[in-house]
Amino acid sequence: MPDRQFTRRMFLISSTSCMAMIGTLADARADVYHGALPWSPGQDHAPVPVTGTGWTWFTKTEAETIEALVDRLIPEDELSPGGKEIGIAVYIDRQLSGPFGQDKGLYMAPPFAEGLPGQGLQSPVTPAERYRKSIAALNRYCADAYFGKSFAGIGSAEQDKIIVKMESGTLDLKGPSSKAFFQLLWQNAKEGFFADPVYGGNRGMAGWKMIGFPGARYNYLDWVEHHNEHYPKPPVGIESHPDWTAHS
Amino acid sequence: MARTLPHTDVAIIGLGWTGAIMAYELSGAGLNVVAIERGPWRDTATDFPPAWAPDELRYAIHLDLFQRPEQSTVTLRNKISQTALPVRKFSSFLPGNGVGGAGVHWNGMTYRFLETDFNLKSHLIKRYGNKILPDDMTIQDWPVSYQELEPHYDRFEKLSGISGTAGNLDGKIQPGGNPFEGPRSSDYPTPANKQPLGSTLYGKAAQSLGYHPFPVPSANLSQSYTNPLGVAMGQCTYCGFCERFGCGNYSKASPQTCVLPALMLRKNFEARTNCNVTKINLDSTGKKATGVTYVDQAGETVFQPADMVLVCAFSFNCVHLLLVSGIGKPYDPKTNTGTVGRNYAYQCTSGVLVKLKDTILNPFISGGAIGMSIDDFNGDNFDHSGLGFFGGGVMSATKTGGRPIGQISYFPDDPKWGSAWKKTTKENYQSIYGLGIQGSVYSYRDAYLDLDPTYKDPYGSPLLRMTFDWHENELKMSAYVTEKLAGIGKAMGAERIAAFPRKAPYSVVPYQSTHNTGGAVMGADPRTSVVNRYLQSWDVPNLFIMGASAFPQNAGYNPTGTVAALAFWSAKAIREQYLRNPRPLVHA
Repeated sequence: MPDRQFTRRMFLISSTSCMAMIGTLADARADVYHGALPWSPGQDHAPVPVTGTGWTWFTKTEAETIEALVDRLIPEDELSPGGKEIGIAVYIDRQLSGPFGQDKGLYMAPPFAEGLPGQGLQSPVTPAERYRKSIAALNRYCADAYFGKSFAGIGSAEQDKIIVKMESGTLDLKGPSSKAFFQLLWQNAKEGFFADPVYGGNRGMAGWKMIGFPGARYNYLDWVEHHNEHYPKPPVGIESHPDWTAHS
Repeated sequence: MARTLPHTDVAIIGLGWTGAIMAYELSGAGLNVVAIERGPWRDTATDFPPAWAPDELRYAIHLDLFQRPEQSTVTLRNKISQTALPVRKFSSFLPGNGVGGAGVHWNGMTYRFLETDFNLKSHLIKRYGNKILPDDMTIQDWPVSYQELEPHYDRFEKLSGISGTAGNLDGKIQPGGNPFEGPRSSDYPTPANKQPLGSTLYGKAAQSLGYHPFPVPSANLSQSYTNPLGVAMGQCTYCGFCERFGCGNYSKASPQTCVLPALMLRKNFEARTNCNVTKINLDSTGKKATGVTYVDQAGETVFQPADMVLVCAFSFNCVHLLLVSGIGKPYDPKTNTGTVGRNYAYQCTSGVLVKLKDTILNPFISGGAIGMSIDDFNGDNFDHSGLGFFGGGVMSATKTGGRPIGQISYFPDDPKWGSAWKKTTKENYQSIYGLGIQGSVYSYRDAYLDLDPTYKDPYGSPLLRMTFDWHENELKMSAYVTEKLAGIGKAMGAERIAAFPRKAPYSVVPYQSTHNTGGAVMGADPRTSVVNRYLQSWDVPNLFIMGASAFPQNAGYNPTGTVAALAFWSAKAIREQYLRNPRPLVHA
C-alpha cells in the first residue's frame, strides 16, 4: 500500500536524527513518537501457539471431567469429531492458566455486592477458580448419586441428564452455582470448537469445516457477487498449515 | 510533586479520530502540539497485519484492542434510588484504547445526521405542537445547523474516502441514494460497495414495499483512494473481521490509515503514549487551563503546561476529566441545575432475525459497514402524529461477519448444545440473516453521569457513575420501528422471523452499542450546556471538548461522521477566530 512508503523510509531518517521510539531513554518514561511514523521490525504482537502436552491448570481428574463434559456438549457425530478429540479441554486448560483464567484486565476492586442482573458479573471468583470448585462439586454430586463414580465414569445418557440440570440451574452443587458453571463452560467450549487452532482447540479446523467458515482467508473480493454459491476453498488458520495448500 | 515539562501551545488528551484531526489542523496552523494518549502506539504492520488480524478469540472475544476495565470503568444503576455497581467486564459498550482510539476497531458506518436532528426540539414543537414532549424529556436544539456542518462532513468523507451513493446533491434528489439526507455539496469520494447476498435481498424487499434503500456510507473502501493529505488507502477485501479488529489491509478509514502518516511528518507534533491524563490544571481564577497532569508508565506524575487544552477522549472520559478537575458545575437531577454529566444518552438498538429458505449467505464475505439501509423510519422522516413517541432509527442489513464464536444467530427455541445444536448451527450459519436498527435516544432529567461515591480507578479518582434506563418514548419507538423492520424481513421471503425490540431495564450485559453520548453537551445557553457551538468550554475558554459527549441527545445513526464533522468545525473556529484573539467565541 502506498501509505507504507512513509514508514520504512522515515524510520531510517528518524532513527538517526529524530526521536522516534525513545521509550528506552532514561529520562523518558512516556513512549514518545515524533518526526516520523515509528517502524520497529520484529516488535510485533503475534499470538503464541499452544504447544506441548500435559495440563497447565487442570489436574488429571479435572481434565477427565472436562473432557467428558465437552464430549457431551459437542458429541461425535456425522458433522464433526467429539469435543475431546477436537482439543476443547486442552483449549480450556490453556485459557485457565492464562490471562482469561485470572480475570486479568477486569475491574476487580472491592467491594463486591450482589447486583441486579443488568449490572453484570459481580463476583471475585475467577474463571480458573470457578472451574476448580465446580468440577469438585460436580464429582462429589456424582459420587453420591452414582455409587462413588465420577462424572467421567457414568454413562452418556446420565451425563446428559446432569448437564440439562446444570443448564437450568436445578442441579444443587452445594455451593457453586451449576448454572454459572454451565454458562462459563459452554461459552469456553464454543470457543474451543470455533477459535483459531493456534489456541489448542478446533483441531483439524473441525468446527470451521462443520459450518463452512473459511477461517483466516482475509480476501473474498472474487466471491462477493457469487450469490448463493458455496465458497470453494477450504479453511485456513493463522499458523501455516497443510490445509493452506489443500484443494477442495 | 509533579515534574514539569517544557511548555507547548496545545495539549491534546487522547489520540483517536478527533485528536488526530485536531492535531493535524492545529499543527498546520503552526502551533506546537503534544498529544497524550493513555494506551499504546498502534500501527497496521506491527499490531494487526493480515497474518493474524483475523483472530476472533483474541480481538472479538478477549477484546485485545479495547480499554481494560482495570484502567478505568464506569458504574451503573438504572435509577437514582439504586446503588451503582462497577462494570467489571465491558460488554454493552466497548470503549477504545491506544492510538487511533475506537477509530481502529469501528465498523466504519459514516452517516450524516438529518437536518431536523439538529433543530430537533423547535422542529418537533413547530410540527406537532407546544405540549407534546414528556415533562422529563430534556432535549434541546443543537447550537449548530446541518448547513453549517455540511462542509465539515464533506471534509471527513474526503479524508476517509467514504464509499457511498449520494441521495441529495445541492437539493436535487439522486437515484439510488438516501432521499432523506440533507443537501450535499459533493458526492462521496468513492462509489458504493458491491453488495453480498443478504443486503441485496434486503434492498430489493425494502424497494418492493415502497421504501428508499441506499448503500450504507462505508469507511470500508470500494476501491483504492488517496486522500487530500496524500495518504493512500487500499480496497476492502470483505474479510469479515472489521468491528473489534484493526484492518490489516489499509482499507478501513482510521487515524492510522488517514491522518497519522501525514501528521507524524510535522516537526511541531509529538505523541506520547501510555500516559494517563488524570487532571486538567486550572489557574487560581479557575477560568484558565494551565495544562494537564498525567501519570506515565513508570508511575511518575508529570505536568505538561499548555496554552490550550483539547479533550479528545471517549465521551465517558471527557465527562470524568471535567468532574475530577472541578471544571463546570456538576449536574444535579433533583434541582435540575448544573451541566456536567447532564443529558447522557445512548443508542436504542434492536434487531430482527430472518431465516431464509434455500440460501447460501456466505456470511463471512462481509465488511463492517457494507450493506443497505433505509431512512424511512428515522428521525422525523415519518409522521409521528398519534404514535405516542418521537424519534426512530436507520434500519440496516449489514452482516459484519460470519465469525463463528460470536456471530451465528439462533432463534430462542433452537437447541442449546449437543448434536441437535450442531445441526442447527450448520443450518443457521448459511440461512439466518440479522437486520438491525440504530435507534435514537432522547435526553431525560434522570439520565446522567456523575462521580461514584464508592469505587475508584487505579489513580485514586472516583469512577464515573452512569444513571440510565430506557424511557417510554424509546421503548415505544423501538417496538414500532422493529415491527416495520420485521415487515421488510417478511418481504425478503423469510420462512421464519423473530423480532427483538429493546426492552427495559437497561442492562450492561448484552452488547448494544458504543455510541455513548452526552454529559458535556453543546448548546446556546450555559445553563444547559457545557460547551458552546464551537465546542469551547463556557467556564474555561482555552479548553475545547470534542466528541459525542457534546451531543445534546442522540440521533438514530452511528455517530462517527458527526463527531468528526464537529471536530473540523471546531478546528476552523479555533484557527480563524480564536487564535487571533484567544477569548470566549460566544457571549452567553
